[in-house]
Amino acid sequence: MKILTTVKRVTDPDMKVKIKPDQSGIITDGVEYRMNSFDEYGVEEAIRLKELHGGEVIVVSVGPAEATKEIRTALAMGADRGILVETNAELDSDAVARVLAEVVRRETPDIIVIGKQAVDSDRNQTGQLLASYLDLPQATFAYSLEVADGWAVVGREVDGGTSTKRVKLPAIITADLRLNEPRYASLPGIMKAKRKPLDTLTPADLGVDIAPKVRVLRYEAPEERAAGEIVGSVDELIDRLRNKAKVI
Amino acid sequence: MDITLNETQSLVQETARKFAGADLRPQAASRDESAEFPLESLAKMAGLGLMGVNIGGEYGGAEAGVVAYSLAVIEIAQGDPAVAVTMAVNNMVSEVIQQFGTSAQRERYIPRLTGGEYSSGSFCLSEPGSGSDAASMRTRAEKTSDGWSLSGAKAWVTSGAYAGVLLVWAKTRNTAGLDEISLFCVDPKADGVAIGKPEKKMGQHASNTVSIAFDKVELSDDALLGEPGQGFKIAMMALDGGRIGIASQAIGIGLEAFNQARAYAVERRQFGKRIADFQAIQFKLADIATELEAARLLTMRAAWLKEQASRPFSREASMAKLYASEAACRACDQAIQILGGYGYTREYPVEKLFRDVRVTRIYEGTNEIQRIVIARDLIRQS
Ligand SMILES: Cc1cc2nc3c(=O)[nH]c(=O)nc-3n(C[C@H](O)[C@H](O)[C@H](O)COP(=O)(O)OP(=O)(O)OC[C@H]3O[C@@H](n4cnc5c(N)ncnc54)[C@H](O)[C@@H]3O)c2cc1C
Repeated sequence: MKILTTVKRVTDPDMKVKIKPDQSGIITDGVEYRMNSFDEYGVEEAIRLKELHGGEVIVVSVGPAEATKEIRTALAMGADRGILVETNAELDSDAVARVLAEVVRRETPDIIVIGKQAVDSDRNQTGQLLASYLDLPQATFAYSLEVADGWAVVGREVDGGTSTKRVKLPAIITADLRLNEPRYASLPGIMKAKRKPLDTLTPADLGVDIAPKVRVLRYEAPEERAAGEIVGSVDELIDRLRNKAKVI
Repeated sequence: MDITLNETQSLVQETARKFAGADLRPQAASRDESAEFPLESLAKMAGLGLMGVNIGGEYGGAEAGVVAYSLAVIEIAQGDPAVAVTMAVNNMVSEVIQQFGTSAQRERYIPRLTGGEYSSGSFCLSEPGSGSDAASMRTRAEKTSDGWSLSGAKAWVTSGAYAGVLLVWAKTRNTAGLDEISLFCVDPKADGVAIGKPEKKMGQHASNTVSIAFDKVELSDDALLGEPGQGFKIAMMALDGGRIGIASQAIGIGLEAFNQARAYAVERRQFGKRIADFQAIQFKLADIATELEAARLLTMRAAWLKEQASRPFSREASMAKLYASEAACRACDQAIQILGGYGYTREYPVEKLFRDVRVTRIYEGTNEIQRIVIARDLIRQS
């Protein structure tokens, strides 16, 4: 089975994000980068599929040259081969999906398992757009995945609970948090990853125009949350909700 | 000159950091209370390759080098210093066997040390009556017809109650009838080996420290590690590398104290301000961070020199151990000061760090001994 998964290099979600004074973006000086955490679930699931069914895991990233580190991390976890589509351009989800669609056309994987969203921009669109560009079935927000006889049965997190969906392969599955527990890259894995193939392409090599369709006008920090208050009784709580928060 | 980490080194650092954050830090305080030996965490660390970072792949090691090893110890120590010392000793024991063992000894012991079949190995040099003056040891191995008979007592054996193999230094007699020091691999389950009760230590409670008595323990000829009489030299070489491990452990503890103190300083308010806005607190943070950075660079250089294997690194390793342990002790002390009264309680982790860090100025050679090593080397080269 040929399994394709993706990794995005994102700013460390545990760091405090600071916005540039001109609001054109975030300050990246001194910021640390790491693999998008939802992609860790995607990579883990891809590797588990390989361990169960045999085959090959290809890991793809679209982004700057430094994203080889995130690819290498996935190779150290157990993926077999990496592809970096290198660009320093600001990308919207649609451009990423168009690039990935072209990679998928060339690689013809049996299944595509990717993170449901990236923890930096939190857009949650790439998987869905990719399915649309490729005209393939999709099952998003997976918390369970079973593959047999050319079909995938996917347990999905949906509003108000869960649902199960059966999709014919090849299909796009996007990973949610309960799907698995991602393994650490072991040290022997890290050493082995040095010798695994990692090809670098550009969007132009793939013939994909990455001009964004979404234009970001400006970045704004959310309003600071005031400290909470502890109330003495239920009556007091209702009073506050009614007269202060004005929500009831 | 390039002092940035390569990709492999930063991936090793990241794995150790993630593991320390998820698996060690949350349990560190309760293990300090219970003094429980972290068998399960050690097994996981073996699975990740952290028990043989600088060991060849043919023996189950990761072959990631000395710099990566140092980075990993720094991260593990931030999670739990007691686990870091256990890791450091295990790596050191594996390296000694790799460097000086016969191929039979390597094949027998190292994969078990790196793979987790042994929770740890132990390094038995110190004795109740001989610490800094290791050569004055009294443990002795007498030649028998088909091997050796070992008698004596060792003290301060890290991981001793859980070790799969003990490296034991002992006096032997050469053909001219003179005393020399030789090194032996000893099975802790052999007849005549008696493991003492764990020491009740100031800190690092989740590490195990015992004395071990040997009463006419029969060793076969192939228990000898290295040549007869080579033992002292092996011990000194092992300690050179070991000091990089302890310097790294100290840096990790210091960094953890710094992170705790900084986080507290930007939250705690007095006189209507964050205490981080007072210059007195700012200067403390600046001093801690500067000293730890200096310690880190000294240690990275010593690790890099060892990795190059092209010249001795003994002076640099001693400098790193000396400076890092003192800087880390100051860092923990000042961290308590920044937390005020709360820093003195077990509600906050700096009290434990202060207790954990203290021994880094004592073991693997006291800091007085480090100064002797450094000074002798300086004077030799004058
Ligand atoms: C928690 C812990 C774990 C340990 N683990 C191990 C282990 O796994 N294996 C092992 O072999 N050992 C281990 N040790 C032992 C450790 O290495 C010794 O404690 C250390 O070498 C000092 O020896 P000592 O305690 O006998 O002190 P001493 O040598 O008696 O020193 C007492 C004081 O005198 C000073 N001093 C001694 N000689 C001189 C000199 N020539 N000039 C100036 N000052 C001097 C020392 O610096 C020190 O301040 C451990 C110790 C501890 C506390």
